[in-house]
Amino acid sequence: MTKYTFTEKKDTRSGFGAGMTELGRTNPNVVTLCADLVGSLKIDTFIKENPERFIQCGIAEANMIGVAAGLTIGGKIPFATTFANFGSGRVYDQIRQSVAYSDKNVKIAVSHAGLTLGEDGATHQILEDLAMMRAMPNMTVINPCDFNQTKAATIAAANWKGPIYLRFGRPVVPVFTAPDQKFEIGKAWMVNEGKDVTIVATGHLVWEAIQAAEILEAQGISAEILNIHTIKPLDEKAILKSVRKTRCVVSCEEHQANGGLGDAVAQTLAKNFLAPQEYIAVENSFGESGTPAQLMEKYGLSAKNIVEKSLKVIQRKQ
Amino acid sequence: MEIKALQEKSKLYRRNILKYIYNAKAGHTGGSLSVIDILNVLYNRIMNVSPENFDSNLRDRYVQSKGHCVEALYVVLADKGFFPEEDLLTLCKYQSPYIGHPTKKIRGIEQNTGGLGHGLSICCGNALMAKKDKSPVRVFTILGDGEMAEGSNWEAFMFAAHYKLDNLCAILDYNKLQITAPNAEVMGLEPLDKKLEAFGWAVRQIDGNDIEALTQTLESLPFEQGKPSFVIAHTTKGKGISYMENVLKWHHGVPTAEQYEMALTELN
Ligand SMILES: Cc1ncc(C[n+]2csc(CCOP(=O)(O)OP(=O)(O)O)c2C)c(N)n1
Repeated sequence: MTKYTFTEKKDTRSGFGAGMTELGRTNPNVVTLCADLVGSLKIDTFIKENPERFIQCGIAEANMIGVAAGLTIGGKIPFATTFANFGSGRVYDQIRQSVAYSDKNVKIAVSHAGLTLGEDGATHQILEDLAMMRAMPNMTVINPCDFNQTKAATIAAANWKGPIYLRFGRPVVPVFTAPDQKFEIGKAWMVNEGKDVTIVATGHLVWEAIQAAEILEAQGISAEILNIHTIKPLDEKAILKSVRKTRCVVSCEEHQANGGLGDAVAQTLAKNFLAPQEYIAVENSFGESGTPAQLMEKYGLSAKNIVEKSLKVIQRKQ
Repeated sequence: MEIKALQEKSKLYRRNILKYIYNAKAGHTGGSLSVIDILNVLYNRIMNVSPENFDSNLRDRYVQSKGHCVEALYVVLADKGFFPEEDLLTLCKYQSPYIGHPTKKIRGIEQNTGGLGHGLSICCGNALMAKKDKSPVRVFTILGDGEMAEGSNWEAFMFAAHYKLDNLCAILDYNKLQITAPNAEVMGLEPLDKKLEAFGWAVRQIDGNDIEALTQTLESLPFEQGKPSFVIAHTTKGKGISYMENVLKWHHGVPTAEQYEMALTELN
């Protein structure tokens, strides 16, 4: 299989920060808003270089979303930033009415998604945001897999017209994609070609999928891996093409099983091509405190579990 | 509890906050140290709540709206006997129920909080219910100054005055700092007393790290019949530890071994 290695681990939120730094230098319309989490979102450099293009909103996320929508009138490209929990569920109606329904060019860029934020525990560990944002008309939903891809996605988001929910995380994860990659919104990335099982993965679970595929390869099983960095619009063509070949799929995400990537894939398969599917996702549970590694292990978001689910789904093939 | 004893408790609580944060290698240090005197006076002098009456509907209620400073609350609840203090050695650790924000898994805690701007609304509901039931219970919450920017708080301020919830007391831990910068830079609150009075609340301003002032003020609740009470408690973030006081980075800083020793010496 295609060999992937990494020399360092970095947090995806720093990839966002690097993307914002570049946008600050290249796109005068980009404006950043934050709800008292500047350090966590890694936007210090953007603010230092463009103080007049930063708007501190305080701990008032609902107002921040409305202000961002207002900034688009006249052509600004606002990036409204906070933790994923407070940029989705807390402000759902503001996003729905003032951003999505009104089709405003607002980018909602959120960090600390999922379990892996660690110690803060369940209140902060949003695992439903992809479902909420996917359900919303006009919304594009992006969940990149490493530092470099997050940087590229951030820059691509600024060049895309329309609302975007851009989700990333707190912990450091392996950097294995190319530094100056082209990021095409809505286009799946073929990480590895295989023939026995399709693994579709989003966010840092792509790395777990690569680890899993190596273990499977040693057992004589060839896994195809698709990086679905854009949950919506979903690259149905790429997924169907792969599953038509392998005839089974494992979906992997740091999110509830309900309503996320897995369900998006299942919907596509149900409508077009029936094939057995297994989910790597959190099963109807809130999170808890712990290190990222402990929580990934407990909730089954691991290479080991991807291997098990792959073997199971292969068994289920007709 | 008498003033002197309460002052001793505050010292003990500060030591314990640092001890368990140091052990967990996580926690909200500055805000726990600023709020601890208020919690101390509430639990040891003002509120009718204890492990013995916690299952009774006649207990007073406390909801920590600034949930991130859970370490301060855990330390007080342990001292009140809600659970063994050693349990806190598992704070924020994997599979511990003592997670980094208030959780009802822990006896003594009424409500899960962590996302800011939720506590006051919950207290409004609870205080209104007590009024309707003609129950004598009182309801308390503590907010952060950064948290005050949440619009939901201002919806609750209107609600509480509208329903004349004089059994409700909200206390602001006004330590003047939030995560990114001073409150006045991020989103200024002033003139806060006038705003709250205009919203129909009875307001008092005190030194929120002064046990005597806290005791006197909270013993005079409700400040006015028919109005909810608001205490603007002026505090110092990181109070009690010289190198932490008023320093932004101690919002969730964890002391090194050397810093921890230094802090303990200062507290002795
Ligand atoms: C709705 C929401 N937005 C953001 C956060 C992240 N957050 C946690 S603490 C904090 C700063 C709180 O400042 P303040 O209320 O002044 O508390 P204190 O200084 O007393 O710790 C922020 C932004 C949160 N917990 N909830």
